[in-house]
Amino acid sequence: MKLTLHVWRQKNARDRGRMVRYEVPGVNEHMSFLEMLDVLNERLIEKGDDPIAFDHDCREGICGMCGMMINGKAHGGFKGTTVCQLHMRHFKDGDEIYLEPWRAAAFPVIKDLAVDRLAFDRIIAAGGFISVPTGSAPDGNAIPVRKQDADLAMDAAACIGCGACVAACPNSAAALFVGAKISHLAHLPQGQAERDRRALAMVRQMNREGFANCGNIGECEAACPKQIKLEVIAQSNADYIKAAFTERSETATGGAG
Amino acid sequence: MELISNAPIGPIEKSWETHKFGLKLVNPANKRKFKIIVVGSGLAGGAAAASLGELGYNVHCFCFQDSPRRAHSIAAQGGINAAKNYHNDGDSVYRLFYDTVKGGDFRAREANVYRLAQVSVNIIDQCVAQGVPFAREYGGLLDNRSFGGAQVSRTFYARGQTGQQLLLGAYQALERQIGLGAVKMYPRTEMLDVIVIDGKARGIVTRSLNDGKVEVHFGDAVVLATGGYGNVYYLSTNAKGCNVTAIWRAYKRGALFANPCYTQIHPTCIPVAGDYQSKLTLMSESLRNDGRIWVPQQAGDKRNPASIPEGERDYYLERRYPSFGNLVPRDIASRAAKAECDAGRGVGETGLGVYLDFSDCIKRLGQQKIVERYGNLFEMYERITGENPYEVPMRIYPAIHYTMGGLWVDYNLMSTIPGLFVLGEANFSDHGANRLGASALMQGLADGYFIIPYTIGNYLANTKSENFSEDAPAAKEAVANVTAITKKLLNANGKRTVDSYHRELGKIVWEYCGMARTAAGLTKAASMIAELREDFWKNVRVLGANEEFNQSLEKAGRVADFFELGELMCIDALNRNESCGGHFREEYQTPEGEAMRDDANYSYVAAWGFQGAGRPASLTKEPLAFNYVKPSQRSYK
Repeated sequence: MKLTLHVWRQKNARDRGRMVRYEVPGVNEHMSFLEMLDVLNERLIEKGDDPIAFDHDCREGICGMCGMMINGKAHGGFKGTTVCQLHMRHFKDGDEIYLEPWRAAAFPVIKDLAVDRLAFDRIIAAGGFISVPTGSAPDGNAIPVRKQDADLAMDAAACIGCGACVAACPNSAAALFVGAKISHLAHLPQGQAERDRRALAMVRQMNREGFANCGNIGECEAACPKQIKLEVIAQSNADYIKAAFTERSETATGGAG
Repeated sequence: MELISNAPIGPIEKSWETHKFGLKLVNPANKRKFKIIVVGSGLAGGAAAASLGELGYNVHCFCFQDSPRRAHSIAAQGGINAAKNYHNDGDSVYRLFYDTVKGGDFRAREANVYRLAQVSVNIIDQCVAQGVPFAREYGGLLDNRSFGGAQVSRTFYARGQTGQQLLLGAYQALERQIGLGAVKMYPRTEMLDVIVIDGKARGIVTRSLNDGKVEVHFGDAVVLATGGYGNVYYLSTNAKGCNVTAIWRAYKRGALFANPCYTQIHPTCIPVAGDYQSKLTLMSESLRNDGRIWVPQQAGDKRNPASIPEGERDYYLERRYPSFGNLVPRDIASRAAKAECDAGRGVGETGLGVYLDFSDCIKRLGQQKIVERYGNLFEMYERITGENPYEVPMRIYPAIHYTMGGLWVDYNLMSTIPGLFVLGEANFSDHGANRLGASALMQGLADGYFIIPYTIGNYLANTKSENFSEDAPAAKEAVANVTAITKKLLNANGKRTVDSYHRELGKIVWEYCGMARTAAGLTKAASMIAELREDFWKNVRVLGANEEFNQSLEKAGRVADFFELGELMCIDALNRNESCGGHFREEYQTPEGEAMRDDANYSYVAAWGFQGAGRPASLTKEPLAFNYVKPSQRSYK
């Protein structure tokens, strides 16, 4: 099949950027979307044109590195699918396709379709963990975990940190990403000791990074390639509110030693 | 040069304990003064950086991806082994050790493997405490499955995303240390050289992938945890960015490269669909627990699988290996699939595929059970192929998945360059000639969480911390080397794209140094690679400049290193006149077509040393002794 692509080209963060049109004949329906872009890039290089920059790595939908807006939808808008696992059989001959990077103030463009998502790492660094230094763990079976809780924790832990939720959100909120981690750890007995601190620290860091507030629209859930559910946001709101109301300044007096 | 493994002597059950006690400690107040460089942020690197940060060292961690959470450990599906014996089915540290040595076809170092089996139990504890959501039974205890040819249930898993969950556990521990200021992280930064001063690793040279800036980072020790080199084959189950560059550049600075020809082919991957194919997707081999593998008995039978009656199907693994059936080790399952396809019985458009059929199992257990066990894998298969595996058997074909070879390390995980440590898939140490399923995650985390924190302290306690300036001749020379490679690539100004070269290189290595190898083929491949490499440097086209986000330039540097590695793999495979594990030389097989080892002549680790461009690599042998598991012909009949 033959496609027409309109691709956002932006040399670097300072460049204004613009849409550029490319004709792509000879697309095979079994190609993945990124393989189609590989083919286009090979042709561009042969012509001496700068290939399109886009992030990608595992190409099996798990690393979370790829992602772009396809016709205005994050990862193309196909249920539970990252762009690396989207195959061209979902398109037809003659289609015009618009490709843009994730659009969010907290995700500055690096080049073309590649953006900087370090804000996500900083949110995790603020509190998205259980503090358990290596070597200090009890036996794995010492604390039973209800199967249902383990399953709910796993549902939330499936987040790949791709940023589609932010890109799809009209407010550019990161509530689904943050909620997924809060919910994952809140469902496990191991996560209880730091539950309040975690919610406060992660939400505050999220606000500092310039993500806006959640408006309960639900675009994030629809766009999420791992189908993380909106209820993780309810969970993190509940945890945050409870923690905010009961927050007390940390007190510690010096040791006697 | 003589290779000293530093493996403890004495009873193997006590050797790690005794060895640990003999290791010098660094005073807690002094730890902050030591700067440790960790390259790579996967299970091994992420776990190491986090654990070393917790101990109080000043850690600097580098990865080429945009975040440490992307490292390719994330893609491991099946599970992680641990000798917990939670199921009372006869597992023990000794049995995991035994299985791993045997599975590696008696080409691993016994002491290392024993230690790996010992710490496996601590890994599970650590991960559970971090909040890794392992599968649970209704009683709340951890669930296990039998995996990849093991006859006990020792594999822990988190749906089909075990690697992801383990990596996120390590990543979260790492981010915690970053938040506390103990670790400084450098994402989108690629290591391009090692700085060796007075024989010791003292730093690295990096290039920022955002803007091309080349920087020198000094450290008291350098830890490489940069993964495997499967992408030398172009098509593999590795992520696109996986590369050999970090360990290859270390090799060129004097670290020995061990057993490069030991590569693992995974039997259950989705077959190649066309020339544009950019990678291969693995389907977890846990599928072999319930799926039955077959081909039509008649060569060239192109009927649709449902209309091939039971009597005209050949369930060749069940037929040839009645006791292990579809669960034979990976190398055996892979070669058997190749043999069927070579004989014309392959299925699918290309004829390069065999069926993995779940219909019996769906009949026996019901579709719901299969959805619970493999739902996400089935979905993934359908997404990629457009076929529904609940109705039509899957088609699978082997693909490169893991590389057992890597930089040579001693028992302390230190390479032949003092101060340069190598962890995880990047080293050669624990899997011998073939890795068992669910053991890669185990090794990465063992190295990162439980081994390097002890052994690196011993090195640092014996080494004076020194301050170097960027004007140090070794640093200047390394920077000049990095800059020269970049310039050469950008100035070649030829006609062919980097990918086209990589694809051609991959085809050669796959054809001649893949599932089955011959002396004639390997000799031919080595010269073909050398020829293609020359053409690459003259005729490659890398557009743009160094000082920008330039993905073609990144790839070009990696492919340049794959060319050199590919040649060394052929040389190593040619040297090893036997078949063992993943290395199958057609000349050396039993009358039944099984791998035939030559213990009298090849029971050694082949460690290759760089002798300068255009000069043959030197071979140093580390003899292997088996005091506990007596070498025997593997039999899975």
